[in-house]
Amino acid sequence: MKRRDFFIKSVGAGLAAGAAFSMGGYNKLWASPASATTYDMVAIMGGEPDAMFDKGISALGGITNFVKKGQTVVIKPNIGWDKTPEMAANTNPLLIKRIVEHCIRAGAGKVYVFDHTISNWVKSYKNSGIEKAAKDAGAKIVPANTENYYHEVTIPGASILKKAKVHELILESDVFINVPVLKHHSSTKMTATMKNLMGNVWDRGFWHSNNLHQCIADYATFEKKPTLNIIDCYRVMMRHGPQGTSVSDSMVMKAQIISTDMLAADTAAASMIKMSPEQIDYIPLANEKGIGRMDIENLNIHRIKM
Amino acid sequence: MRSSALRKVRIILAVLVFVIITLSFIDFRQIIPDKWFNIVLFLQFVPSVLDFMNIQVLASAGFVFVLVLTILTGRSYCSVLCPLGIYQDIISRVGGRFKGKFRRFGYGKPYNILRYVILALTLIVMLAGSVFLISLLDPYSIFGRSATYLLQPVVIMGNNLIAAVSALFDNYTIFKVDFIKIPFAAFIIPVLLLGLVSYMSFTRGRLYCNTVCPLGTFLGFISRLSVLRIRIDEESCTHCGLCAAKCKASCIDFKNENVDLSRCVTCFNCLTVCNDKAISYGLWKIGPGKTDTEPDQDKRGFITGILALLAFIPRTLKAQDTPVPKKESTVPENRTSPACPPGGISIEHFNNYCTACSLCVSACPNNVIIPSVNEYGIAGIMQPRMDYHKGFCNYECIRCTEVCPSGALLPLALEAKKLTQIGKVNFIKENCIVETERTDCGACSENCPTKAVQMVPYIGNLVIPEINNEICVGCGACEYACPTKPYKAIFVDGNPVHQDAKKPEEKELEVQEMEEFPF
Repeated sequence: MKRRDFFIKSVGAGLAAGAAFSMGGYNKLWASPASATTYDMVAIMGGEPDAMFDKGISALGGITNFVKKGQTVVIKPNIGWDKTPEMAANTNPLLIKRIVEHCIRAGAGKVYVFDHTISNWVKSYKNSGIEKAAKDAGAKIVPANTENYYHEVTIPGASILKKAKVHELILESDVFINVPVLKHHSSTKMTATMKNLMGNVWDRGFWHSNNLHQCIADYATFEKKPTLNIIDCYRVMMRHGPQGTSVSDSMVMKAQIISTDMLAADTAAASMIKMSPEQIDYIPLANEKGIGRMDIENLNIHRIKM
Repeated sequence: MRSSALRKVRIILAVLVFVIITLSFIDFRQIIPDKWFNIVLFLQFVPSVLDFMNIQVLASAGFVFVLVLTILTGRSYCSVLCPLGIYQDIISRVGGRFKGKFRRFGYGKPYNILRYVILALTLIVMLAGSVFLISLLDPYSIFGRSATYLLQPVVIMGNNLIAAVSALFDNYTIFKVDFIKIPFAAFIIPVLLLGLVSYMSFTRGRLYCNTVCPLGTFLGFISRLSVLRIRIDEESCTHCGLCAAKCKASCIDFKNENVDLSRCVTCFNCLTVCNDKAISYGLWKIGPGKTDTEPDQDKRGFITGILALLAFIPRTLKAQDTPVPKKESTVPENRTSPACPPGGISIEHFNNYCTACSLCVSACPNNVIIPSVNEYGIAGIMQPRMDYHKGFCNYECIRCTEVCPSGALLPLALEAKKLTQIGKVNFIKENCIVETERTDCGACSENCPTKAVQMVPYIGNLVIPEINNEICVGCGACEYACPTKPYKAIFVDGNPVHQDAKKPEEKELEVQEMEEFPF
């Protein structure tokens, strides 16, 4: 009921006053938890998705650095497509399962998993293997298929996407873990951390018709940012993205990138699929918005080979 | 046999069939296994006849079973297998409640001219190669359309209400679902026909079945010869008239101890009310039987009413409207043909076999199949088509081809469906965001499952769609995703005859391994 109360309150406060104001009362609930990290980024290679996450998160001091007892966690994988795991169109279910397990072990009150899918959501949740993996680990799978789950927020830092309807779980949860899968993408060339946030909003058509790259960068300025970004690079779709036409479109890379910095994570991810970050317009645009660091050569990156 | 158990068995079977068929039309979550309703659908006469005409295999010959059943037992189909018949029994019962104990059907003469004319017209139109009348009047299809367009929305509304409440308690087992977006004009036929059927059954029992329904009239010819039948024993009958009063088919002429077998739907209500044990269900005894009554000359007002209705329907319908533009695209889409669902083989084949029962419409998980208005011409009204503004065909789904009971959509294996081209993609560069706004979009290509729409380098860093109709399956994912209004920059034009699509090329990746972090 807490969540509903929040909306009643925020409507009462008046959306005209701006999201920053109306959600002010919420800030303390999602206050920055990542203070204990010493590395800006951890990159792991050579293991299974779950084992790589174990190593990576312990290098960052364990999930307890990000998830406190009793907190509500929302995990946002890429479940966009009605495709099986070997197609690499969706985030690896094994990784999602392990992240949920870590959160629950850390004492998270509730762990939610959702995505605003592009294919039929029931089929996508099921055939991606994520529904079962998340449920088995103790998470709640939540639909995102109808508009009423989304609530309008303002994005003061945006150039174009000044308003968006965002899924209520993103707005309400204490911790937001962004778990994209790295893929080639036909329209934006690459999808990973920031592009995955497109699945948090209702009206994606607006993004497509109003400068897609700018909208991606704009949304990254929205104050409810991911607490943690985990890029699944276990199987990576190298062409025909974002959904792929066959298994031969992807290669087994057996890697993972974990960072609190979305821009740094995407910059690193670009090089994984042999692209320069400048080729992917939303990366420099996000840099202009000060989303994070594009100069990853100056960052403290911990590389783990398994 | 005079046992009242007959009536009980009839009711139990009818309830079972009614529940199964109704559920199959409102089961938007596909909870019920197909095998439940496959048997019941197999026995639906009109779809089965069409299916058999279509593929000539025994597996589609459910109608033969119905014919045998009719010759043996009379019109049991109408009482226990026909969902519209069972629906009418329910409505008739409700009507009876309103009238209380004064409800009396009584004997009525058949409207022979009307029922024979409707049957003849239906057959003539069918022989001429159109299923227009039969699909309009087939009782199963009338029921299917009513369930899909009138009942399912109510069920979804209820579902969404429960979903909204349960979401408050953080429970998402029941979730919100979208309504099928049906053109308004497509409501007219189900509303009118269901209204007519409901009114007739509310006031006059099985009048619709014995006057309008071409299948009822047809089975009536056979049931006249049925082996088992309702008989009145002249010796013990006291002419009290109870049986006639209870006969919802108004077919018992108790004064002359005669039962009009062409109208009797073997409901056995008469058996249970006869205090004299004069009425029974048993073998046909050859004797000086009495013939049916003469054709009724008194046609009454409703004859004109029904004919007027049939003549009136086509004129009330118009093409659906287009969405209101916000930021306008300029070049209209040039559509030469509607697209029919996969498995339809060709528009012609599909139009020839579809009874517009709408099971595919309610079964489609992506809501891309909607009833047509005049896209197939007015004779194809209500026959489903693909509407890519409402949804797109899921590449991994063959649901519609599995459920179709009339063979209008023939079963397709998933691999075959993925290579069936139901339409071709067309790109209108002048409408495209990339061209008009000079910003990236690519929604079409993202959504394309075969990459028949690919983004290729354009100006600077921009990429623009390029189409390849060799591998396009016509699923409409591109059209659905295209954000331009009012005209799409990319759209699928239906194939009048479905074609084979080539398999998307599979090449090995150049890079296979990664040993070091590239950053």
